Amino acid sequence: MEKIKSLADLKKMQENLRAKIELREKSNDPDTRIQVKVAMATCGIASGAKEVMETFIEEFTKRNIDAVVTQTGCMGYCYAEPTVEVTKPGAEPITFGYVDVKKASRIIDKYIINNELVDGIIPVNYQSIDKN
Amino acid sequence: MAKIKYHMLVCGGTACHASQSEEILTKFKELIVSKGLETEVQAIKTGCFGFCEKGPIVKMMPDNTFYTQVKPGDCAEILEEHIIKGRKVTRLLYQDPETKERISDSRHMGFYKKQIRIALRNCGFINPENIEEYIARDGYLALGTVLTEMSPEAAIEILKKSGLRGRGGGGFPTGLKWEITRKVKAAQKYVVCNADEGDPGAFMDRSILEGDPHTVIEAMAINGYCTGASKGLVYIRAEYPLAVERLKIAMKQSREYGFLGEDIMGTDFSFDIDIRYGAGAFVCGEETALIHSMEGLRGEPTVKPPFPSESGYMGKPTNVNNVETYANIPVIFNKGADWFASIGTARSKGTKVFALAGKINNVGLIEVPMGITLREVIYEIGGGIRDDKEFKAVQTGGPSGGCLTKRHLDTPIDYDNLIAAGSMMGSGGMIVMDEDDCMVAIAKFYLQFTVEESCGKCSPCRIGNKRLHELLEKITQGNGTMEDIDKLRNLGTVIKDTSLCGLGQSSPNPALSTIDNFLDEYLEHVKDKKCRSKVCKSLMQYLVVPDKCIGCTLCARNCPVNAISGERKQVHLIDQEKCIKCGACLEKCKFGAIIIN
Repeated sequence: MEKIKSLADLKKMQENLRAKIELREKSNDPDTRIQVKVAMATCGIASGAKEVMETFIEEFTKRNIDAVVTQTGCMGYCYAEPTVEVTKPGAEPITFGYVDVKKASRIIDKYIINNELVDGIIPVNYQSIDKN
Repeated sequence: MAKIKYHMLVCGGTACHASQSEEILTKFKELIVSKGLETEVQAIKTGCFGFCEKGPIVKMMPDNTFYTQVKPGDCAEILEEHIIKGRKVTRLLYQDPETKERISDSRHMGFYKKQIRIALRNCGFINPENIEEYIARDGYLALGTVLTEMSPEAAIEILKKSGLRGRGGGGFPTGLKWEITRKVKAAQKYVVCNADEGDPGAFMDRSILEGDPHTVIEAMAINGYCTGASKGLVYIRAEYPLAVERLKIAMKQSREYGFLGEDIMGTDFSFDIDIRYGAGAFVCGEETALIHSMEGLRGEPTVKPPFPSESGYMGKPTNVNNVETYANIPVIFNKGADWFASIGTARSKGTKVFALAGKINNVGLIEVPMGITLREVIYEIGGGIRDDKEFKAVQTGGPSGGCLTKRHLDTPIDYDNLIAAGSMMGSGGMIVMDEDDCMVAIAKFYLQFTVEESCGKCSPCRIGNKRLHELLEKITQGNGTMEDIDKLRNLGTVIKDTSLCGLGQSSPNPALSTIDNFLDEYLEHVKDKKCRSKVCKSLMQYLVVPDKCIGCTLCARNCPVNAISGERKQVHLIDQEKCIKCGACLEKCKFGAIIIN
């Protein structure tokens, strides 16, 4: 192991090491980041949710976008699988249906980067209990 | 190549370790390989999460799912359900004791809601045996900044401004201590880390060393630079094997990366650390006794002055700080003195780690801002009293502290308020007691501890505490008089005033504070010869209720000393002379015919 010779060396090293625990840092305050939840129940996986999740993770890394990708259970829209819920900081969550690999890239391009909506949005048709 | 999607954090603290966390980690690693998930999932060992009550803990990142009481047999299900199918294993989630709701995200658990983690920032987050994870979280950044950009005086100034006070019990301002050591001129100086954690029930220092050993090494090096010492010593008790092992690993890594040794980070500052083992004597937590023990002498305190900062280890200026104090220091330099000073109360800044124990639902390690009330700690973080019993008292500060009562529930916790209430911060043990605890017996328990741990050097402590203990013994046996209570008060005050070191000066506290706060219980023991909590055996009588006894002879057959007599189908009788009050008859009787008077 080469010894650290200066403060600048240390900072450079820290920069490189950050990625190792990035996954954990992000989960500390997910609300300040873009959150993507991929529904991964049996129905989701069968229609390709795993590949979709992979695409999101890879694209975010490639484009250097600060986002947390997690999987969640069935959202109930089994007819529209795979479904993905995207929450941008300060905005209401939006759920997209029929998301395949191609559409995942489009969601990133249009909604996440440019704030334009993409077709296939599932309208909010429920109220969560804590809001009442 | 697929990117790692999950980190599974498995607690490797002593408590979880004892309940098979090592096997769980191995099992996860095997399963990950056998399912071909090496490129997606990583299982990582971390330090203590603090929620020891429900250990072993496994935390899933990035979704923050908090699995409790995991067994090696659950590993396959967690991997299969959570990772592969994306469903949470509900039965392993934490259940809110009140709403009975299963909570998956640790940030929503009452236990974590009110906590601010500074000293424990890395515990349960990084792998303590991997220096790179520490570096990734600003590790050694404070050391680098202080060494290259600050004079020792400027660094001490920041520490003074932060308002940090010693976390080992005394609460002496840390920056001031460093300044005093710095001003003494000497060719050789030492910095010492006091890891001789002796309060019964306190385990924060152990958890920090086990969960984040590098923070202590970094802070000691900063201390060395500021005070002008090139040598650091960690005095740790040999009963902490896991902490010692992790510290050794950390020291080795730190040397390899050049954070310890010659010319650290390209400056001309050199510093290294050695470990000294203690044999577990309580008095060796006192700094002069600690220094003598390190020198190979008997662990006995000496009169201050001279203070260790003038003449300490080997007669050289020595700066002694506690583990938790050190753990705060790198953060103060990274985030600034003003940030640190913004947390806490006017005269007590920052946070304090407490070890919650006793009759409380959530036993564990918590870090809370100074100024939080006992009520918040006990009822919100601690989840209230076990089995819905009534809260009676909370003992803080270990054998040197005192008992606080319902009256103090809304007092903000800080150094000065606790002393004003007749207790002290101590190292942060917090033992909660309910209606089943007898306060006289509690005082006796702590006195017994100090009698055993007294080094015997000065008479007030050696003889005085023994006499105090005898007086309490007399009262719990039902032979106490009103005079004895006065004697307890007088003798206690004399011991406090005349003892040589902190041990003797504080050992009467448990007795004095219980007399102040629970005088009625003392009076009951003395006048009515009664112990309302049914703890003092000499004051109890096991009796047979004639109306309920059917003469089944079960109690008589189970009595180990044959104290129960009676024919079949006749009412039985307990011979009070022979009875040893073991309670076997009460336990065995199926008709509720045995009562305690």
